[in-house]
Order: sequence, then C-alpha cells, then structure tokens
Amino acid sequence: MLETLIQGLLLGGLYCLFALGLSLMFGVMRLTNTAQGDFIVLAAFGAIALASLVAAHPSLVALALLPIAFAAGYALQRWVLNGTLGKDPLPSLVVTFGLSIVIQNALLEVFSADPRSLESGGLATQSLALPGGFAVGVLPLLIFGAALACTFALQQLFERTALGRAFRAVSDDREIAELMGLDARKVYALATAIAFVVIALAGVFQAMRTTVSPSDGPLLLLFAFEAVIIGGMGSFWGTFVGAMVLGLTQQIGFRLDPGWGIWFGHLVFLAVLVVRPQGLFPKTRG
Amino acid sequence: MARAEVLRSTRASRAALWIGLALVAFAASMPLWAESSWMRDFVEIACYFIFAMMWNLLAGYGGMVSIGQQAFFGFGGYVMLMLGNFAGFNPFVAVPVAALAAALVAVPVSWVAFRLQGGYFAIGTWVIAEVFRLGFANLSFVGGGSGTSLTALRGIDKATRESTTFWMALACVVASVALVYLFLRSKQGLALLAIRDNEVAAESQGIAVAKMKLAVYVVAAFGAGLAGALYFVGNLRISPDAAFSVNWTAFAIFMVVIGGIGRIEGPLVGALVFFLLNKFFSDFGTWYLLGLGLLAIVVTIFFKQGLWGYAQQRWGWTLFPTQRRLVVKD
Repeated sequence: MLETLIQGLLLGGLYCLFALGLSLMFGVMRLTNTAQGDFIVLAAFGAIALASLVAAHPSLVALALLPIAFAAGYALQRWVLNGTLGKDPLPSLVVTFGLSIVIQNALLEVFSADPRSLESGGLATQSLALPGGFAVGVLPLLIFGAALACTFALQQLFERTALGRAFRAVSDDREIAELMGLDARKVYALATAIAFVVIALAGVFQAMRTTVSPSDGPLLLLFAFEAVIIGGMGSFWGTFVGAMVLGLTQQIGFRLDPGWGIWFGHLVFLAVLVVRPQGLFPKTRG
Repeated sequence: MARAEVLRSTRASRAALWIGLALVAFAASMPLWAESSWMRDFVEIACYFIFAMMWNLLAGYGGMVSIGQQAFFGFGGYVMLMLGNFAGFNPFVAVPVAALAAALVAVPVSWVAFRLQGGYFAIGTWVIAEVFRLGFANLSFVGGGSGTSLTALRGIDKATRESTTFWMALACVVASVALVYLFLRSKQGLALLAIRDNEVAAESQGIAVAKMKLAVYVVAAFGAGLAGALYFVGNLRISPDAAFSVNWTAFAIFMVVIGGIGRIEGPLVGALVFFLLNKFFSDFGTWYLLGLGLLAIVVTIFFKQGLWGYAQQRWGWTLFPTQRRLVVKD
C-alpha cells in the first residue's frame, strides 16, 4: 500500500510538469492551450531526434532543448496566439486545436506511429533502496525534484520579481497595465516562453521515463488540465497538489484494476468539479 | 408621409427556400436511380452536417465552445444499437429514441460541465467524453473495447435498408435545419442572441440565462445523438474508439469555422467544402489532416467570418435571415 502511495506521488511529479505550463498560460492571459500535450510530445521527439544526431548525454540534450523551447514559445505567442486573444475564447481554442492536429500529423509523417523513448544514460534503471524493503527509481525521484523546483521557481518568479509583477498586472487588467507602460503583447510572449521551457522539460522526462508516440498528446493535455482544475486556478502550489491528487488516484485505480486507472482519475476530477468547482487552492477568478 | 415596415425575409432567402425544397425533392428520388455508394456518401455527410450544425448552435449561438460533443454522438449510437440488438426495436425507430436519450443524459452532464467556463469548459467536456468512451469500453455486453455489430438489421434486404437509411438521413437533415432555424427566429432565439452578445446585459433584461444555456446544450446533445444513431445505422458496426473519437468534434469545428460560425449557412457551406476535400484529398492521409489543421488556423486568424461570412459582407447574401430590418417606403 505504501509503495502504491509513493508511486502515485512520483507519478504526480510528472503530471505537475505537464500542468505548470497550462496553469501559467491560463493564469496570465486566460489562454487555454489545447495543444499543451502535443507540445510535450513534440519536445520529447525533439529530444529523441537531437540525441540521435549528437549522441550526447540526455541531460545535455535537455539543456540544449530548453533555449529552443523558450524561443519557440516566445515566437508562437508574439506572432500567432496574441492575435487570437479576446473576450471570445473560440479563436484561441480553434488555433491551438488546429496546432494540435498539425503537430500530431507532422510527427506521424516524420517519425511514424511507433512508440519511441529517449536513452537515459542508465538513469531509468537505477534505483534507491529505502528502509522498509522497497526501492524507488532514481529517475522518478529526479522528476519529482524537478517538479518541486519548477513550482517553487514559478511561484517565486510571480511573487518577487519585476517580471512576475508584470504577469500579475496584465492578468488583472490588461488596459491599466498598458497605461502604466507595459507592453502586454511582450509580457504574454514571455509567459508562453517560460511555459514552453517547462513543457520541454516535461517532454524530455516523459521520453526518458516511458515511450512516446505522436498520438499521445491529447491524453497528456487531459491529465495536465485535471491537475490544474483539481488544484485551483492561478496557484502553482495548487497545481502541484492537484497533480499529486491525480497521480495518487490513478495509481490506486491501476492497483485495483489496470483497466480502470485513468477512468478513476477522470471520475475524481469530475467529483472535485461538482463538490468544489473552484479547486482546492483557488486564486485567479474568471 | 413615410411608411415603415419590418421585414425579415430577403429576395435571396425566398429563392433559397424554393431552391432548397426542389433540391430536397430531387434528392428524395435518389434511391430510385442512384448508385448505392452515392447514397452511402450522402448518409455519411448528412451525419457530419447535422453534427456540425448542432456544434454551431452550441458554440456560435450559445457561446459554449465544446470539444466533447462526441460524448452524445457515441451515446446516441450505442443506445440505438442496444435498443435494436437487445430490446427488439426496429433500428430506424430506435434512431429518434436514441437522440432523446442523448438529450436526457445531457441534463446531468451539464451539472458538471457548466461548472467550467470558456476554454476550460472546452477541455472539461472532452474529459467527460473520455469518461463515456472508457465507460462503454468496459461494458462487455456491447463488445468492450473492440465494439460490436448491429445485428437487428439482419432480416432486412440491402436495397430496402439502404434506401430507408438514406430517406431517414435526408429527413434528419431537413428537420435539423428547420429546428435550428425556427428556434433562432423565435423569442427564445432572440434571447439566445442577446446572451451571446452580452450575458450580463441579457440577464439584467430579464432573460433566464442559465435556463437558456441548458436548453441549448440539451438541443445540441439531441442533434449530436441523432447524428450518431444515424451514422451507426448506416455503418452497422460500432466501437468506443470510433464512436467517441474527438475527430468528430474536430471535423465539426473545421466545417463551422470554414463556412462561418454563428450563421446557419456556415455548416452547410463547410460540410460541402469538407465533403469535396475529403473526396479528393483523403488518400493523402496525414498530409490531408495536416492541411485541414492549417486551413482552420489560417481561416481563424485571417478570415474570422469564414467563407459565408465573407459572401454575406461582400454581397449581402442571407439564405436564412434571423434579423429583422426596418424598411422605409415613401
């Protein structure tokens, strides 16, 4: 039982990395990125391709991928997504949904439907013996640590830096923030750029931990979304806790019956929605 | 002395009515002379069209952008199949019953879905559709994950089955266009447009916003269930992955966005464009889907009104007018 709980929390770490980008983009500009999962898969395949080209250690590959992701996120927001923002959620939804279909089919064309994974330099097979007679993998622990660090860093960024203040300002009232001299379009672009760095990290870890295939994106999006809603919108620690709850419920569900794990996670999400629609730790409204 | 008159119909709309009736009458004779592959094509595109029409009602008029309408499409299909296979219903009779069942199940679903707004409503409905898919995938009496066949039609010969399916599809298309059009012209339709334009203002004028939204959601679920039941009568085989595929909604979004959202002509034009693209390019597989995705993005960013919206702005064409105009005569 204890082992299931620990596995659940470690799985939650991965889901937290999936979800932070979604939480950030929605928090700053009320943009729902329906291609979130596909961008994670795209980053995973990017890492796999990069690793096969340069034959470097996966940590170096990840390091090389992060600035690329930053630039891609900035450009995407600045020149594509900014034009779709507004009171009506439809344009941004259609555009990100379209991107999701484009990414899936482009990956299918380039990499075929075969599942692939990223060689982790032995990380995936190493484990740490714990007192009590069971072991946990080094890689899942590393992912959990990364999730913790990213959540902490994002929360600090929002609370303590000038950039974080700009994020909160355009989130609260774009017009007033612009009157105070902020260029909302650039602030938005920076928010997406940072979100894409976390997405790239999530993609690399996903590819190392298990296999990825081009059609995985939508499911990852749903997991990310559930974590955000369970945790409550606008708080990164909320998202972290939401991811833990989701990881735990799925793991317990898998333990009861392998066919029902994901279904169980969905049901818990719906139950939270009915009982506590604002999530566990809400901050942003509307 | 100037006299003012309130008009709704336009010359184009009167012409469209007669041309539309003539087309329907012509189409109704198809089973007498057309090849059966044409009729199958028609039934398929009719299902896509009805589904897109209902998505347009929900998103374009109700302001509720959903990525989960396939929940009701698949549910309609499964209910039709279960009524036919296990309850001894004639499947053709089971089609409208299944649509009603989809409308009924939309009520409890809305209690959950309406907790979310905007973009999160869209993904929330998608999760609900996944719950439906996984739920049916775990029901062994309808074949579980691999699905099952509609055995209830076995006794009926192929020609009768195909022409009945065809007439039914035609009737459903006409009925759903009429339903949506008459609904939008009614007092409730006016309330719906007011809600779309400004929810708070509409509420302050005494419109029961929550009730209207539920009504639209239920009607859209009815239509989606109808399309699903019809599709699987024509297809004879159902599986959870086919019935609850997000592609249904993806194609509906494509059709509505290309044709022009928030107008009845939109899904009509969109379905036609989609049918032609599908006919000529679907052999390209991934490239075809990639192109559809790109087209949807480009149209959303550069031609927000879609094809028909462009025509309407440019030439003032309106086939299904819902607005009233004040005409002053002297």
